[in-house]
Amino acid sequence: MKPATKMAVVVCAVAMMLAIALLSFANPAPQKTMGNPSQVKIDNFTFTPNALTVPVGTTVQWVNRDDIPHTVVSDDKTTFKSKAMDTDENFSYTFSKPGTYSYFCSIHPKMTGKVVVE
Amino acid sequence: MPEQKKDEILYDHNHDGIDRRGFLKCMAWAGTGTLCVMKGGILNSYSLSHLDELDAAELKGELSFAQISDSHMGFNKPANTDVARTLKAAVDKINALKKHPEFLLHTGDISHLSKPEEFDTVDQILKGAVAKQVFFVPGEHDTIGDDGKQYLERYGKSAQGDGWHSFDAKGVHFVGLVNVLNLKAGGLGTLGPAQLAWLENDLKGLTTSTPVVVFAHIPLWSVYPEWGWGTEDSAQALGYLKRFGSVTVLNGHIHQTMQKVEGNITFHTASSTAFPQPQPGKADSPGPMKVPAEQLRSLLGITDVNFKRGKHALAIVDSSLQEGTSSAESSGQNY
Repeated sequence: MKPATKMAVVVCAVAMMLAIALLSFANPAPQKTMGNPSQVKIDNFTFTPNALTVPVGTTVQWVNRDDIPHTVVSDDKTTFKSKAMDTDENFSYTFSKPGTYSYFCSIHPKMTGKVVVE
Repeated sequence: MPEQKKDEILYDHNHDGIDRRGFLKCMAWAGTGTLCVMKGGILNSYSLSHLDELDAAELKGELSFAQISDSHMGFNKPANTDVARTLKAAVDKINALKKHPEFLLHTGDISHLSKPEEFDTVDQILKGAVAKQVFFVPGEHDTIGDDGKQYLERYGKSAQGDGWHSFDAKGVHFVGLVNVLNLKAGGLGTLGPAQLAWLENDLKGLTTSTPVVVFAHIPLWSVYPEWGWGTEDSAQALGYLKRFGSVTVLNGHIHQTMQKVEGNITFHTASSTAFPQPQPGKADSPGPMKVPAEQLRSLLGITDVNFKRGKHALAIVDSSLQEGTSSAESSGQNY
């Protein structure tokens, strides 16, 4: 490769790396919870973390710490559907296929969240 | 941070003869025990403590009924660990009303977790009401896990579809709507096309002078969409109701009294008999509001509704469960 071309390739590569670094800084990967990495806490009408990324095969557990019951239902209403969880009750689902699973609380539909399975 | 919102009292500027000053003064007292009577387009407000002084004929309605809401039987946390007791107090309050209601409307969230024993307990307590007949619409807490199947079996025997129904009493047409089923992620309450088609048809044969009362759990106007306090497709329903001279919409769900007038339609939400919820935007979430024990009953309540033939609209009176407020001014909440 000509020196000029080599330089161009290196500059491009560095630029790309920089861009990727900046991008991931600007759009951080969805947070994982401290402690149990595959747990979603429900409190104050909110799912935390709101977006959770897990590897295929992970069992995610939702725990309700709110003083009001909630459910966890996939948007398509069939993939997963919990019973009503009162305070301190929980629901688990094992994600065996990759994809993005958006869900909501069927009692309070304004509550939404998603699990990204990679 | 949720934005601070003023009271959601919107006024219709269509010069329909409603005296604005009187209306606002009335609304300032709403929830503390005030009788608001519409006469010839002018709203008159009377404090409950002075009711005895009024001409009995003024108060004599031809139809009297009471609304209770959000009993959440099964809820057992602060600020109310005994919702059965406060529901009983609400029934006592109803039984003590000057004019006995002919029936009750329960605007939903009868139970807290849709458990059979919760429904049973409410039924048992309501048996003690002087009004033997109760009409229901479900709340989202009544249809958990079974798409409302149990609710329908218990309360919807003569209903259509998912539980909507209508009936007539003393010339007033009542419509019970269901807006808590088929809820979608991120959505609000919903009526659905089947119910809307039924509603249009149900109202068709009525004269415009027929007073109409619509009751549903989630408010049919946008009280606070961020908290799900609204119904997505209510505009269509309200369109069918627009032609009537007097429409009253009674809702629950938000656990506080609120009122809005739009043309000939008066929207009103009731207190819960179980626990209060924060005003729109004044808390992180619309969960149970914890208050000191001595304040609880002033934030729970019933609604008494009277209809007098010839009057423009129904007289709606909210009163709290605080001891001794049946004939005294309540020191309860002021928004």
